[in-house]
Amino acid sequence: MVDELTDVLISKHHPMDKLLRQDRLPHIWCSGCGLGTVLTCFVSALEKLDLDMDQVVVVSGIGCTGRAAGYLNLDGFHTTHGRAIPFATGLKLGNPELKVVVISGDGDLMAIGGNHFIHAARRNMDLTVICVNNFNYGMTSGQLAPTTPTNARTSTSPYGNAEHPFNVPYLAAATGATYVARWTVLHVRRLERSIIEAMNKRGFSVVEVISPCPTYYGRWNKMGSALEQMKYYHDKSTIRHWSDPAQADIGLEGQIIVGRFVDIDKPTFCDLLQGADQ
Amino acid sequence: MKLWRKPLDQDRVVVPRGEIHLIVERCKGCQLCATYCPRDVLEMSSLFNTRGYHPPQVRNARRCLVCGLCTMLCPEFAIYVEEVGHDQ
Repeated sequence: MVDELTDVLISKHHPMDKLLRQDRLPHIWCSGCGLGTVLTCFVSALEKLDLDMDQVVVVSGIGCTGRAAGYLNLDGFHTTHGRAIPFATGLKLGNPELKVVVISGDGDLMAIGGNHFIHAARRNMDLTVICVNNFNYGMTSGQLAPTTPTNARTSTSPYGNAEHPFNVPYLAAATGATYVARWTVLHVRRLERSIIEAMNKRGFSVVEVISPCPTYYGRWNKMGSALEQMKYYHDKSTIRHWSDPAQADIGLEGQIIVGRFVDIDKPTFCDLLQGADQ
Repeated sequence: MKLWRKPLDQDRVVVPRGEIHLIVERCKGCQLCATYCPRDVLEMSSLFNTRGYHPPQVRNARRCLVCGLCTMLCPEFAIYVEEVGHDQ
C-alpha cells in the first residue's frame, strides 16, 4: 500500500543510522514529541564535530528524555533518577579524555537532581548538559515539575500551579556555568550550533531546549496538537543573545527569551585538581 | 526564473535538486515535515503504514532545494533528502 505514495523513494536506512541503535527504533516517544528532534540535532552536531566516537559518552537519567542514551549507538549509561550528573562527574574524573554529555529532562535535572546540577556548575565540571524542558513529568503522566509555569495545570495541580518555576538559564548562570543557551525544538539549526559550541567548550555548559509535551502538558493546558504547541513556543520566542538570564522567566503566556546567555572561560575542576597536585 | 537584473554570480550558482527518501514504518504522522517544508514539497498522504499513521508524500518534487529541514525536524529519523544533480 505504501508503494502508492507519490514521488517518495522507500528506504530502509537513514544516513544518521550509524549513530543510532536501529533495533530500538521507532522510539517510544509520542507522535509530535520534541525529543526526537533534539536527538536529531544532537546526532547532526556529532557528525559535524570531528570527534572520535569512542571518546563520546552520553549519560541520561530517568524520564522520557532519559531514554535518549539508549537510542544512541555510543557508550552510554541510563542512571537512576536524578543521578546523571554525579555519574558523568565520575566518568570525567576517571578518564578526563572523554567528552561526557548529559541528556536529561527538567524533572530529572532540576528536581531530584537539582543539587547535583548546582554543585557540578559550581565546581565547573567539564560536562555538556542538554536539559530538555517540557514543563512536566511526561513519563509518569504529567505531574507538576519545578519548571511548570505559575498557574499552569498539570495532573497534580488541576486548579493551577501555585509555585514559582525554576528559570534554568538563570540558575545555571548564577551557579557558575561557563556556557548557557536556550532554544525551542523548532530552532533546529541554532540548537545544533549551540550543541556544537557547548561540546567544544571547556567547562560546565548547559543547553536548555523547550519541547512540547502534547500528551500531558499540552492537553491539560489546552494547547492543541503537538504541531500547534511547537508553533506556539516558536512564535512566542524572542532571540536575545547575551541578555540577562534573570529576565528569561517562562510564564504560562507571554514571551520566551531564547538565545545564548553566557559564554565565559574559567578553569575547570580538572584543571584546579591538577594544579593542586603540583 | 525571471530576473530584473542579471546577478554577477549567475554562471557559478547552481540550484540543487533533491530526492526524498522515506522509511515508512518509522513515521508517526506528526506532520512536522509537511508543515515546515519551506518549498511546500511535502504533503500528508491518506495511506496508512502498518502502525496506522499517515506518512507524508511528495507533492512537487521539482521544488525541492535540498535544504535538509525535513531531515533535521523529523523526530523519528524517518525522512531524509539526497542531492541528485542540479539545475543551472
